[in-house]
Amino acid sequence: MLKVENINVYYGQIHAIKDVSFEVHEGEIVSLIGANGAGKSTILKTISGLLRSKTGHITFKGEDISKTEAYKLVPKGLAHVPEGRRIFLQMTVKENLEMGAYTKGENMAEDIESVYNHFPRLRERQNQIAGTLSGGEQQMLAMGRAMMSHPDLLILDEPSMGLAPILVQGIFDIIKEFHKMGTTILLVEQNAEMALSIADRAYVLESGRVVLTGTGEELKASDQIKKAYLGGN
Amino acid sequence: MKKSQKKLRKSTVNNLINYAIVAAFYLVVTVMIQTGSATRHMKSMLVPICVAVILAVSLNLVIGFLGELSLGHAAFMSIGAYTGGLLSKFIANQFPQIPVAVRFPVSLLAGGILGAVFGALVCLVVLRLKGDYLAIVTLAFGEILRSIVINLEFTGGAAGLKGVPQDASFTYGIILVFITLFVIQNLVKSKHGRAIQALRDNTIAATSVGVNATRYKLIVFSLSAFFAGVAGVLYSHNYSILTAGTFDYNYSIEILVMVVLGGIGSIRGSVIAGALIVMLPEMLRSLQDYRMLIYAIVLIVMMIFTSNDTIKMYMAKYNPVNFVKNSMTAKKSQKEEN
Repeated sequence: MLKVENINVYYGQIHAIKDVSFEVHEGEIVSLIGANGAGKSTILKTISGLLRSKTGHITFKGEDISKTEAYKLVPKGLAHVPEGRRIFLQMTVKENLEMGAYTKGENMAEDIESVYNHFPRLRERQNQIAGTLSGGEQQMLAMGRAMMSHPDLLILDEPSMGLAPILVQGIFDIIKEFHKMGTTILLVEQNAEMALSIADRAYVLESGRVVLTGTGEELKASDQIKKAYLGGN
Repeated sequence: MKKSQKKLRKSTVNNLINYAIVAAFYLVVTVMIQTGSATRHMKSMLVPICVAVILAVSLNLVIGFLGELSLGHAAFMSIGAYTGGLLSKFIANQFPQIPVAVRFPVSLLAGGILGAVFGALVCLVVLRLKGDYLAIVTLAFGEILRSIVINLEFTGGAAGLKGVPQDASFTYGIILVFITLFVIQNLVKSKHGRAIQALRDNTIAATSVGVNATRYKLIVFSLSAFFAGVAGVLYSHNYSILTAGTFDYNYSIEILVMVVLGGIGSIRGSVIAGALIVMLPEMLRSLQDYRMLIYAIVLIVMMIFTSNDTIKMYMAKYNPVNFVKNSMTAKKSQKEEN
């Protein structure tokens, strides 16, 4: 469904992403894991059109999207939940969700209802200003908003960032639910253990390169990963 | 019919109140003029009040809803002022048979459109800039434009443009205020208005849900500049002489003061503050030498008061919309108790 081929991304003189290639097939959960500065978010920004690669191609459902502007991706079926819970702080919860259906604008009430069913907390707070929500609730809102566009591929950038372990579990449960509904998921995480436990396949990034790839199980068992990310022996 | 459909939305009620405020102001002033109780001084302030209100409301669209700081509003106004002024002068000289009722609206439209064109041009230049940088570029644009106007011959140069027909009247001014309010309030309320506010809240998130940032920035900048241009035309047809020096950055700052004073993002605030800023120096005239000092102090005090959360909460309690709503819900709960 999504194919990234040989992309090279630069921040000025800094070569941030070096010849990265990976694929996400329909119906999969694919994780990109790596430490801080490995280039995870940079790759996502390149896919969603906020940054440009100097080389290579990015294709989505067979269509080259390397040069497509960010706002045009949503109607194509690609939704991106950006890092750091970027919600519309001055709008209410409900208005945030309505913005998620901005490019669609139909069956809105139904879709909002379905988001509320996944996140009952959001229903309770639907008329509250989003800026007053807790961190976990904001993450739920950002994910719910992305689901409003019925994406074929949902890209999640560090959904567990800054959340308490119990909330992280909840967020990952929701990711699994979305996956069961037929959404393909590309997940970028620092929390390698969680990410690997739900991923069909994963790619490990180190200083801008893919250094390891395999199924979630395989990587979880690999010594290299254990040492670098899971902290075990 | 469902009950929710009958009930007016809160934003609609708020917008209607704004129209009512302007209408009430018009009626009171008209009655005062008819009965002869309006002084000459007061009458001379009426068109400038309309100009200020249009400027403040249109700048609020950029600052309050798009969330970008523009310091070049007076420049867009001057484009309208000169375009409209020159056009009216030309029509008045060449085709004196054309009545004012045609000549003035044509000039208003021309001034607005040229303002919008420049608004779009400046926006294209600053598209990648944000915040302080954008503000400085708009400021520089205003200063460049002012120097150009002073050095051009057909604008009358430094001596100013003379002989613009004095077509402006209070009635025209109020009609234009209504049009401005109508367009901007409805834009803000629409789906597009929501997208603009989403950009203000978080550009990346807005893009991630499919909002075209470039398009909306262009729309907001040109629409805001359009109304600044219209205000300029109204301004130039109110005075016998038009000088470029009027439209310096101090004037842009004054418009900014109106927006901030009225509350960023509050259209009603802009309407009231716009009128107040025009009237204040006149009301303080009796203080003579201390006038500007008191004016500054009044501004500081008002800023402190309007930004104080406790006072804001207190004011919200007596906001007519909330007041009616609260007393209704209070009654309802009383009934339920019984």
